[in-house]
This record gives sequence, structure tokens and C-alpha cells, in this order.
Amino acid sequence: MKRRDFLKSVSGIAAGAMVPAPAIWSAAKADARSETLLIVSESGPNNLDIHGIGTNVPGYEVSWNCYDRLISHEMKAGPGGVPYYDRDKFKPELAEDMNVGDMSATFKLKKKATFHDGTPITAKDVKWSLDRAVSVGGFPTFQMAAGSLTKPEQFVVVDDHTVRVDFIKKDRLTIPDLAVIVPCVVNSELVKKNATEKDPWGLDYTKQQTAGSGAYKVTKWTAGTEVVMERNDDWVGGPLPKIKRVIWRMVPQAGNRRALLERGDADVSYDLPNKDFVELKESGKLNIVSTPYSNGIQYIGMNVTIPPFDNPKVRQAVAYALPYQKIMDAVLFGLSKPMFGAAADKPTEVAWPQPHKFNTDIAKAKALLAEAGFPNGFETTISFDLGFAGVNEPLCILVQESLAQVGIKVTINKIPGANWRTELNKKVLPLYTNVFSGWLDYPEYFFIWCYHGKNSIFNTMNYQSKQMDAFIDGAVTAAANGDTAAYDKDVKGFVDLAFADIPRIPLYQPYVNVAMQKNVSGYQYWFHRRLDYRAMVKA
Amino acid sequence: MLTMIGKRLMFAIPSLIGVVIVTFLLTRALPGDPAAYFAGPAADKVAVEQIRKKLGLDRPLIEQFFRYTIDLAHGDFGNSLTTGQPVATEIRNRLPASAELTLLGLVISIVIAIPLGVLAATRPGSWIDHLCRITTTAGVSLPVFFTGLVLVYIFYFKLGWSPAPLGRLDVFYSAPPAVTGFYLIDALIARDLETFRSAFSQLILPALTLAIFSLAPIARMTRASMLAVLSSDFVRTARASGLSPTKVIVTYAFRNAMLPVITTLSMVFSFLLGANVLVEKVFAWPGIGSYAVEALISSDFAPVQGFVLTMAVMYVLLNLTIDILYGVIDPRVRLEG
Repeated sequence: MKRRDFLKSVSGIAAGAMVPAPAIWSAAKADARSETLLIVSESGPNNLDIHGIGTNVPGYEVSWNCYDRLISHEMKAGPGGVPYYDRDKFKPELAEDMNVGDMSATFKLKKKATFHDGTPITAKDVKWSLDRAVSVGGFPTFQMAAGSLTKPEQFVVVDDHTVRVDFIKKDRLTIPDLAVIVPCVVNSELVKKNATEKDPWGLDYTKQQTAGSGAYKVTKWTAGTEVVMERNDDWVGGPLPKIKRVIWRMVPQAGNRRALLERGDADVSYDLPNKDFVELKESGKLNIVSTPYSNGIQYIGMNVTIPPFDNPKVRQAVAYALPYQKIMDAVLFGLSKPMFGAAADKPTEVAWPQPHKFNTDIAKAKALLAEAGFPNGFETTISFDLGFAGVNEPLCILVQESLAQVGIKVTINKIPGANWRTELNKKVLPLYTNVFSGWLDYPEYFFIWCYHGKNSIFNTMNYQSKQMDAFIDGAVTAAANGDTAAYDKDVKGFVDLAFADIPRIPLYQPYVNVAMQKNVSGYQYWFHRRLDYRAMVKA
Repeated sequence: MLTMIGKRLMFAIPSLIGVVIVTFLLTRALPGDPAAYFAGPAADKVAVEQIRKKLGLDRPLIEQFFRYTIDLAHGDFGNSLTTGQPVATEIRNRLPASAELTLLGLVISIVIAIPLGVLAATRPGSWIDHLCRITTTAGVSLPVFFTGLVLVYIFYFKLGWSPAPLGRLDVFYSAPPAVTGFYLIDALIARDLETFRSAFSQLILPALTLAIFSLAPIARMTRASMLAVLSSDFVRTARASGLSPTKVIVTYAFRNAMLPVITTLSMVFSFLLGANVLVEKVFAWPGIGSYAVEALISSDFAPVQGFVLTMAVMYVLLNLTIDILYGVIDPRVRLEG
């Protein structure tokens, strides 16, 4: 209101450039302000449906809030007391009851549940939606497969309100995979009406509008500019959310996002540079919440098929020559969880991520290099994704400086965001920095993608080790069979091997930073790291 | 006149065909693989190939080109992958936003720069001449995004006079019914003064940013051209005949000095459309500049091609308009096709 008052008093001055506020500032608008959450972020969705082709990460946030899944996660107190999703505890969302058997799980649907257009939700809708997720290809199908959900035959309609999911094999990740964003329930009749022969799953229709049963529905979407979501007052998935309307505006300039927050015009923003977050935290005007990425690590990777990185001694030397603490202080301003420098006698835990025992030790690095036959170092290139230049660029410069001390001459190679994944996929970069994080928070999940010999895109190091594969496969089987002793042994085994062979050097666990006005509360940390409006409150 | 316009437009066709071919090839030559980009962070090779097939990028280049031109002939610019919308719709929705901003910026700039240039020319070496020199040099030396950020910092963050830099309207206003796409005009048509005020106050800072940037060429050109005209014989004659200084300057000198100024204006207008890109970023303005840049960053071919093509058409039309204006201002200029 300050701006308006001021404007009233100076109307006419300021060279006629500033416009006076409307004479009557309608009370309805003030009310709307207090029931509306205004979010500003750098980029917005390109598709409102997570099953769409190439839906981007902001699109996931829309899906999460506008669609329901059969089940979701309970909350627990996370690091720093932040509400944090509980990996091991599920709660029903569209289902009122879940019954997990040996080779299948049965879900009973809430009887009162309806889609946004009032159609009752039946088991047929659930089956159609899950069929769609495993059939459309691309990311959704890939994510479903991560939980061994691959074939439409796995989803069986028992009666109008009962669905059974059959397992093709025992997999601990199947149930958690039903609680991620992808297996959302879509209004099948509505979408089928708008499907075409070329587009049997109606992806073009759901790209533009939400056809779900979630707590919010998109009422206006101007791509690249704003998304407006209204509350669905008939939502049965949980307690009725407090926020009536969410307006999400795209503000590309980080400086402007910060200004909007500091002036009190925006309620929430979460992609600001670390430096801004630290300064905002110190100023104390806003609520700043920082939570480490679950199952996520920024690392320095080395391609083990490209000499001299095929020599484990060279990789260890690099691990001793990295400026860990400097990166924490000068690049991240402390807003990250260190993944280095564990005490030498600390036993390996059955957990991931966990810190390794390397520390900056130039003398040791030099000795290891000499042992490996490179007493005078060598030349190489370090690559990074320009899309995240804010962190990556200073990080690589520090690494370059530090490696120069042991004689390794590093040239920096900046790769544009659009090209980054293509380059990673080729597996020809000798040295690079990158982030990996998995939605499902299980150590073996991380290792399957990043270290297993089946060489997924995330095994960016091209790392192959029979021993490693044995540990990972062992852990997966042990988890499926509930054999805790074998599981613990295998997890410790692969963690130890990953640190001894050190094809990738973990640096830190990045933080998700969210800045909110003091009157906004109810932020929850989710594995997808996007906002859940359903729990948020504006006083 | 009509034959001249017709001939001019005919000549534009080969250049437009050239633009179509060159943009198509250039976007294909860009580094980056749209399929890998849009397959998402967690995609494996199979997923990337599936996306590639869906986007039609697995076909030979020549086939892609023919499909593109056939679509183009039907008025279909293709679909943007980043925003998920048809490019033609996006450009139609975004062009008025950019045009409104650029035109207002240009008007502000003209209103300041032309009197400043005329005054500087009539009093060379005086304080006003120095003021003209300093402001224009400063304006053109500062990059637009910097001027924009400084203005936001002062007028929004520090003083709170200006509304939040959140695009064309305050969050709680809705756009007036679209007639021209220019919010100021549409709001007046709808007789919605509140929306007009909101749209206008959102426009001021970005338009001012553009104006500051474009002061220099207009003011300097006005000054130089006025100086040349003021020292010419007919002005001396007019003065000797005892005409009032205002009459001499406005009626005789200024009209004759206009021609180079108009040429400069057309150039300024075209580079303002370019400068727009950065201003749109700073002010979260939903124009075509920011649209094209985002598309470029993510190797999104269709919008880049659509943007370049739209720009080419606009340049052709702009040049035509300027040529016609010449004839209106100076009867000596004869237009040949």
C-alpha cells in the first residue's frame, strides 16, 4: 500500500511521468491480494502435462499441484526443522486404502472423488492414466520403468473403485515410484474426447489445460509470462488448501526478483543466486529456507577411458588437489552441505550421499602424480554447463587454479545449456562438473544410474567395474527381499569402492533455497524440489 | 504511387525467400540437439531417440525443409518447444507488446531529442549544446540493460514511485479486450481508465530506458542537419527579410533539415527492436525479443525462424514507409520503382 499512498501524494509531480493510483482502490482487490500467492521465478512451464513431449521442470510443478496420484508421502521434520517428505511413509491421496501384497498392490479409490469438471473418478481413469504413463515414451515412461512399471497389463481394473498394480518383479522402488509426479490420474473421458488419431493419448489437449482432480486447476496460462491457478474447492486428496489463488509470474532478471521480494510485492521466489540468498538471510526481512537436495550431488567427473584418467592414482591425485573449502566459501557462500573431508577413522555408513575422506592436500597430490608417472603434470580440459554458469564458472576457475599447483594445466570449456546433454551423452569430456539428483531417495537408485556398468547417460565417467555391478545388483536384490544385513554390506561395499576408485569426486550437496515473505508459511520440501501450494499459508 | 508500392513489394519477395533458406540452415547449424534438450534431465538414449522421432528431426534435412516451407505457405510457423505454443499465435500476441514499447520509446526519444538538437544547433557552444552532447553520449554509452536496472533500482526499489517491473500490467489487473493489442489503445476503447493507468505506469520505465538509449543518434543528427541548413543561403535570405527567428527556424530551416532525421529515425527504430531484447528481459516484458532469445538458448528452431521472418517483413514495410514519407516531406524526391 505504501506505493499507492505515496503516488496519491505526489500525483502530478515527477514530470507527469508517474501515474496516480486510481481514486478508489477497490476493497475486492485488496482481499484478492491476501488470498493470492504471488510467485516469481526465472522460467515457467512449457507444457501443463508431465506426460507431454519435453515437459520442462517448471511444468512438473503444475502437474504436482493440479493432478492427484493414488498415494503420496507423509511429512516429517527435516534438516533445520523444515517439513520434509518422509521417504518411507505413504499416505493415500486418491486412494483411500492401499494393500501391498507379495506380487501386487491393490488400491481402493475414494468414492467422492471427482475431476475438475465434476466427472466421478473411476478405476478406468486410473488404468488409462497409468497405461498412458508407460506408453507415451520419453521421460514419463522412463521414470515409470525405474520402478519396474513398464507394461499396461500391469494395471488391472478390479471393479469401478478398485485398481490392482501387478509387479513384474520384486522391486523396492515400485511403490515409491507410484508416489512421484508421473503416475498422475487424468480425466480419461475428457481427454479421449479431445484426442485424435495422430495423438491417441490427447497430449496436445492436456498440454494447454489441466484435466485432473488436483487441489488447483490452471485457469490462465500465458506461456513464458504467467500461470494463474485457482483452488479446487471439491478436492478430496487432503485438507482444503488455504491459498485460493496462485499467480506465478516469470521474471527473468534475478536482481528484479530480489527487488520484488524485498519490496514485499512478490510472496515467494526460489531461484536466486546464492549470494542474494545469503544477503537476504542476513537482512532478516524475509523467511529463507535452505534444504539440501535429497539424493543429489555436485561433483567433478573424470572419464576413466581417457588417459591419464584411466589411472586411479591420477584420479586420487585430482581428488587431493581440489579446493573444496574455497568452493564452499567463495562460490556457494556456505549454502551447501560439504561432501568431503570426513575423518579418516569414520566408518562408512549405509547412506547416500555421505562425505568422502579426501581433503585439499597438494603435497600428497604431487606425490600421487609422480607415482602415476606424471611428475610434471599434464594438460586437460574441464567442461561445464553454461546454463548454470552462476555456480559452475567460478567453481571451474577455482579448480583450474588449484590443479595448476600440481602441474595439471586445465583449459576451461563452456558448453551452452542446449548442448550440454548432447556432449555428456557422447562421453568424450575428460574432466567436467555436473549435478545428479534422483527423485527416489535410495543409495542403490543413485548408483544404478551413476556407477553401474550398464552405462546409463548419468554414468558420465564411462565407469565399468564388475565388482561395482555385483555390489549394486546385490543391494537391489537384497532390498527387494528385505534382507537388511546383505543390503547394508552391499551398500557399504559400493560406497567404499566408489571412494577408492574415485571416478567422480563428490563436492557438495546443493541446497534448495526458497525466499518467502514473513507472512508466508507452510513450505514443504519434496523430492522434486518444487513448491507444493497445498500446504502453504499466507497470513 | 500504387505501382511503386507494388513494385517495391515484388522486389522484397526474393529477399524473403533468401531469409527463409538462410534462417533454416542457420538454425540447423546451431550447436545443440533439441531432442536431447527436450528429453529432460533424466532421459536415456532411447528416450532421446523417441523425442527426435516425434519432432521429425530424424528425417533428412531437405525433407525437413520442404515440410517447413509447405507449412509456411499455409501460414503455419510451426510449434515452439519451449513455450509449447504455435509460433504464429505467439508472435501475434507478443508483437503488439514489443511494438507498443518500442513506439512509445521512440516517441519519448523524439520529443526530447529533436528540440534538444534544434536548440543545440541554434546556440552552438552554449550550455544547452554541451548538455545535448553529454546526455546523448551518456545515453548511448550505457548498455540498455544497465540503464534499465538503474531505473528499476531508483524508481521502483528505492523510491517506490514506479510499479513492480512485472510486465505489461499489474498482477491484479486483467488485460483489456484485445482490439489492437496495444494495451493503452485497447483500454481507452474499453473506456477502462484504471487499466489504462496501470498499463501506462508499467510502460514508463522500459520506454524511458529505450528512449535514453536512442537519444544520441536523433539529437546529433538533428543538430548536424540543422547546422548545415542554418548556414545555407535561403536561411540567410529569410533572416535578412526580417522574418521572426521562430518562423525562420521552424518553417524554413527545420523542414529542410528533416530528411536525414527521418532516415535516422528508421534506423533507430530498427535497432530499438534489437535493443528491446534486453529491455524486455529486465522488465519481464512479454515481447518477441525475449521470446526469440529464449528460443535461441534452447535450440528451439521454429520461433527463431518465425522471429527472423517477421523481422524481415517488418524491415521491408518500414523501409517502404520511410521512402513514402520522403516524398511527402520533400517534393524534390521522386520515387521510382
